[in-house]
Amino acid sequence: MIKRSFIGLSKPRLKYRSLEDTPSLKQIPTSKEVTLLSNCPFDKKKLLFKKKVAVKTGQKLLLYKESDEYVVSSVTGKVSSISSYTGDFGRSYTAIAIEVADDEEIDDEFKSAAGGSKDATLETVKNYLAFAPGNPPVKLLSDKDKPINTIVVCCADSDLLTTTNQYIIKSDIDAIKNGISILKTITGVNDIIMIASQSQMHEVSATGEKVNQVNDTYPSALPHLIMKDILGKVVPAGKSPEDIGVCFISAEAVASIGNAFNSGLIPATKIFTLVKKDGSKSLVSARIGTPASDIFKAFNITLNENDRIIFGGPMTGLSVYSEDHPVQPDTGAIIVQDKDDIPVISDYPCTNCGGCIRVCPANIQINLLVRFLEAGLYEEAADQYDLYSCIECGLCSYVCVSGMPIFQYIKSAKYELGRANTAEATNG
Amino acid sequence: MVDNNTVDNNTVDKKKFIVSHAPFWHDGSRISLRNYNIALAALPAILLGIIYYGIPAVGVISLSISSAIIWEFVFCRIAKRSNTIGDGSAAIIGMLFGMLLPAIAPWWLVIIGTFVAVIIGKQIYGGIGANPFNPVVVAIAILMISWKDIFDFNEALMNYDLDFVMVYPLAALKHFGVSAVDSFSMGDLLMGKQSGGIGSTFGLGLIAGGIYLIIRGIIRWEISLSFLAGIIITALIFNLTDPVRYAGPVIHLFAGYTLIGAFFLATEDSSSPVNFIPMLIYGAVAGFMTVLIRNIGVYIDGVIFAILIMNLVSPLLDKIRPKAIGKVA
Repeated sequence: MIKRSFIGLSKPRLKYRSLEDTPSLKQIPTSKEVTLLSNCPFDKKKLLFKKKVAVKTGQKLLLYKESDEYVVSSVTGKVSSISSYTGDFGRSYTAIAIEVADDEEIDDEFKSAAGGSKDATLETVKNYLAFAPGNPPVKLLSDKDKPINTIVVCCADSDLLTTTNQYIIKSDIDAIKNGISILKTITGVNDIIMIASQSQMHEVSATGEKVNQVNDTYPSALPHLIMKDILGKVVPAGKSPEDIGVCFISAEAVASIGNAFNSGLIPATKIFTLVKKDGSKSLVSARIGTPASDIFKAFNITLNENDRIIFGGPMTGLSVYSEDHPVQPDTGAIIVQDKDDIPVISDYPCTNCGGCIRVCPANIQINLLVRFLEAGLYEEAADQYDLYSCIECGLCSYVCVSGMPIFQYIKSAKYELGRANTAEATNG
Repeated sequence: MVDNNTVDNNTVDKKKFIVSHAPFWHDGSRISLRNYNIALAALPAILLGIIYYGIPAVGVISLSISSAIIWEFVFCRIAKRSNTIGDGSAAIIGMLFGMLLPAIAPWWLVIIGTFVAVIIGKQIYGGIGANPFNPVVVAIAILMISWKDIFDFNEALMNYDLDFVMVYPLAALKHFGVSAVDSFSMGDLLMGKQSGGIGSTFGLGLIAGGIYLIIRGIIRWEISLSFLAGIIITALIFNLTDPVRYAGPVIHLFAGYTLIGAFFLATEDSSSPVNFIPMLIYGAVAGFMTVLIRNIGVYIDGVIFAILIMNLVSPLLDKIRPKAIGKVA
């Protein structure tokens, strides 16, 4: 997808990493305290449980009155604090810290509710597996307003350096087979499309489902591009695949569903790639909620002032401001960057070099868009310069000669417009 | 005095990390690197100019680069902007401006020229990236109109006696017709054996520099190639209609400012379009107008004015753009 200059010896292509052999998995011992993050904004008054409540491994914790948001405890112990966590763009989360007890007890609510693989229902998946590794998109699957007619299972990883899906394909293909058959039964959707990279084609075709190959160059494996290039359905600007009846689910999430029904336990460990300062990579398995600092300790990584910790891949991940940020169900990678390796973001203006135009997979006129965004003219940017066509791959910032944070401009514009629209809707 | 080595546990726990938005990688390109590469690409042409024209050429180029940098510095000071001479943009403006001048250009002309280029051509619009015209082209155009005699290369370089015909091919063509330029072979033109600007005559050097910039992805090949194609086709059409009055493509391609225009002037980032079709139109029309001005206009060389006019329409051309994915209507 990345178009290059005439002969173009200059620019490296961004290739997805492919796992040749099954790498060894480093198990991180359970931490003394884990933190579970819920997307639900913190609201003390409506909380359904208090501090010091005992929880068991695999226990579902409903958070608030009049809400079906929940987290699933990955450990046994006592709730030590419930607090607010503020993420990107001021988004509020609820953080539940659990002090881990010495003896582990397994909660059996799911087991009795679920039964075996054959008794699986959409209701059980929705009620228990939203917090499983890979974040199964249970809400999308059960949304009555937006019926799903195709399920796309991504066996390739969407960002660079992340290899979780690939590892699961190599190590646990049976769970995926089981997960797919459960998905088919509970949703009634028979159109399952597997997306695999070239090196995975053989392994993935063992599932017996329809397999399509995805290009090995970033950002081919992002949902919008899979829709356009493989399914031949273009997602209208500002919409998501589920709006036109396609639900994306990662191989990891499928395996979580398969394993949960097979064993009667909600999976609580997360597999992700750890990228150290020198660029070396290890595959790690840790309980959901494990603070990053415990993982760094296990690998003897020391962090200094002004280094950077990234949750997720290098193109679309999030940087966090605390070493204690917990591993979440959708954490594909934790990357540590030394302060000397952090590229400088500058306040230089766009020089109109055209680098972003050449690289943009969505054909957006970024050189003009960014001028509107810099001036805060978000409405004009959306109306005239295709703000909502952006598929958020981050390549524009990656190639920007001026070092402009273009991707950040785009995200904050979308955020501000979204906020303005919500305000308008509530004010009538 | 506070002992910096005593750090209590509390502060150790609260290390500050860099938190910024994705992506966390960058391909390492920088404006300064681009400009150094342009300087490198222009070097062969400048060196040959210096070999031919000696110390006066060194003087013009050096003065041009240094005065451009000084103007930028002075303006940044007065306008209370952060100092931008480090990005190399002023140096490139000075260098390209010097390359277009005859070797005997007086010092005051160079200084006025770089003032026009840096201040009027670039800074008053808001600096790098905001200039609607190529600053160098603006400066040369203004100076060419104001001091015609200095840009009459035949007159300007009268005192030089090099081992080739000291005739400015385009002037000869204009005044005496095609027969006057018969003596120029393509090899001579490519090797800079013609009179002209310091850095604008060494065709081979300019082409090599241009190809280097294209391979590195620093200039947009679409513009350079369509500009040259526009010149070749238009010159050919004129030549076919009247071979006695209008020269063939070779002279138009390798004489005057054509090659430096194709690879160094028309390709300036902020004044040229970025989409594929607009780039082709921009280049081809600039080439077409160059030959038009040369053949039936009053000016001897049309490159400068052709590029200036195309700079003007560049934003309009860029409206022709591919449809963004998922765009409704």
